[in-house]
Amino acid sequence: MSPELINILLRALGETIQMVALSAAIGTILGVPLGIFLATSGRGELFAAPLANKVLGFVVNIVRSTPFIILVVAIIPFTRLVVGTSIGTAAAVVPLCVAATPFIARIVETAVREVDQGLVEAAIAMGATPFQIVRKVLLAEAMPGIILGLTLSVVSLVANSAMVGAVGGGGLGDLGIRYGYQRFMPEVMAAVVIVLVVLVQGLQSLGEYLARRANKRARVTV
Amino acid sequence: MSLTSPITAGLETGILPLSLEGEGTGASDRAAQAASVTRDASAAEPMVRLTGISKSFRPRGSTQEIHALRNIDLEIPRGSITGIIGRSGAGKSTLVRLLNGLERPTTGVVTVDGVNISELAAGPLREARRSIGMIFQHFNLLSSRTVFDNAALPLELQGLSKDQIRKRITPLLDLVGLADKRDRYPAELSGGQKQRVGIARALATEPKLLLSDEATSALDPETTRSILSLLARINREFGLTVILITHEMDVVKEIAHQVTVLDGGRIVEQGDVFDIFTRPKHPTTRSFLGASAKRALPGFIADRLHDEPAPGRAALIRIIFAGEHSTDPVVTRLSREIGRDIAILQGEVDEIGGRPFGNLVVSIPNDGDTLERAKTYLTSLDLGVEELGYVS
Repeated sequence: MSPELINILLRALGETIQMVALSAAIGTILGVPLGIFLATSGRGELFAAPLANKVLGFVVNIVRSTPFIILVVAIIPFTRLVVGTSIGTAAAVVPLCVAATPFIARIVETAVREVDQGLVEAAIAMGATPFQIVRKVLLAEAMPGIILGLTLSVVSLVANSAMVGAVGGGGLGDLGIRYGYQRFMPEVMAAVVIVLVVLVQGLQSLGEYLARRANKRARVTV
Repeated sequence: MSLTSPITAGLETGILPLSLEGEGTGASDRAAQAASVTRDASAAEPMVRLTGISKSFRPRGSTQEIHALRNIDLEIPRGSITGIIGRSGAGKSTLVRLLNGLERPTTGVVTVDGVNISELAAGPLREARRSIGMIFQHFNLLSSRTVFDNAALPLELQGLSKDQIRKRITPLLDLVGLADKRDRYPAELSGGQKQRVGIARALATEPKLLLSDEATSALDPETTRSILSLLARINREFGLTVILITHEMDVVKEIAHQVTVLDGGRIVEQGDVFDIFTRPKHPTTRSFLGASAKRALPGFIADRLHDEPAPGRAALIRIIFAGEHSTDPVVTRLSREIGRDIAILQGEVDEIGGRPFGNLVVSIPNDGDTLERAKTYLTSLDLGVEELGYVS
């Protein structure tokens, strides 16, 4: 591969990392509270609001069931509203966030629901406020699951980011399609795949390491 | 400090009984003053008073109401250990959950230390809960926190400083015997150690009342005894009122001063533990005692014990001696009275709260009215009689 191609590859990697990092951060900021709300707002639960729970759950399902490539074009007006343009890397971040938020929310909801209700009851009996219960009990106890879930979300963001080439988002996937496929350069395609494999592998290992550190449940005497 | 509200007054006095060390913080000084003002009034007042309590649930999608508790009147004296015993579904968990407001009664009034728990709004209820400790069957410790941090959680919730928390928790971990495990996680502890952490956590806020919801049911007998003796010690040393929910009579016998027997959401019998053990009246109480006595039988008898009579099976009864008849030659007299031989299978002198009582398990031929005559005779001597079953 020529140095020029390597440069292009590096730039594409940079774009992918930018898009993934930014949309993962925004998706987490929005998705974690949403997930906690979904997990605690059912009938008779901590922040009981069954109607809001149903409505939000429904919205989450709609977004989750829309194929990502359709979502990208379907929300172009919204994207234009938010970042002022519908093409480019910044514009690509909007649909990535829209897809990541409900995904992360569901994962956080599942992890929070796994927390033993007995712990919540114990905290209530101690006189904990609902917010204290969320912070000190639910989030703390669900942390290993949430970390693994976030890892999963980041990996699926890497996959999704390959599709935002459709709106000029750039990144590794776009490079693979334009050079590798449309220009018949199989070595570029191969290089893109290898970089993606290494990237995903690294993210997964990091996530698992962090989750293991957060998990005190299976700890054997050290 | 204004003491116009009975709620505030009650809460202030409640902080007192369990002061592990003389921290002399402003808050506890004020509490001490408040207590000296109200103590006279509250001394006669029981720690817990339930008046006309009933609780019913309507499960979703059902038209039928479930009556978990019916017409409960109960008083728990200050500084006592009270056992509340019943089978699963008898309503004992619901009852204890009323005391810290985890449930609200359908009718009736729950007062803890003079505070009407069932009418408190969310904020004051949280305050009140901080002076009621609770321990659980499955410990309910946070797996993500160390022993120390688990015990410290209630204080953290109250916003105490790290220093204050350390001062309070360190002696508590000493008390429960876990000082060397302070940085371990629950996953590294045995069941008994986990419950000790639960106890330290429950005591962290220096409560006036400790609720134990089947706290020893997941533990082996030896660990159960060590946990119970820890609770008894805490009760003795700090004057903490303890309420034990259990389905095991042995737990009650071990440390309780008084016992309330629940069945079908009603109180069927209550009183002093010694009296209930030596003279149980209600069938539910008898069956609890019977189950406890059967557990104590030697294996070779227990293996041959049946619930149903059959030809060739002798009746096994337990005679309980308490008080003046303990030295009478009861067995020989009984034998003469019914005109049959009696085999003694087991005998022991047991003790409840330092008062001894005798236990004799004998087998009596079960034909005609022999058994009935024996029971009538023993009852006329004012002895306790329990049928344990039939042995072949």
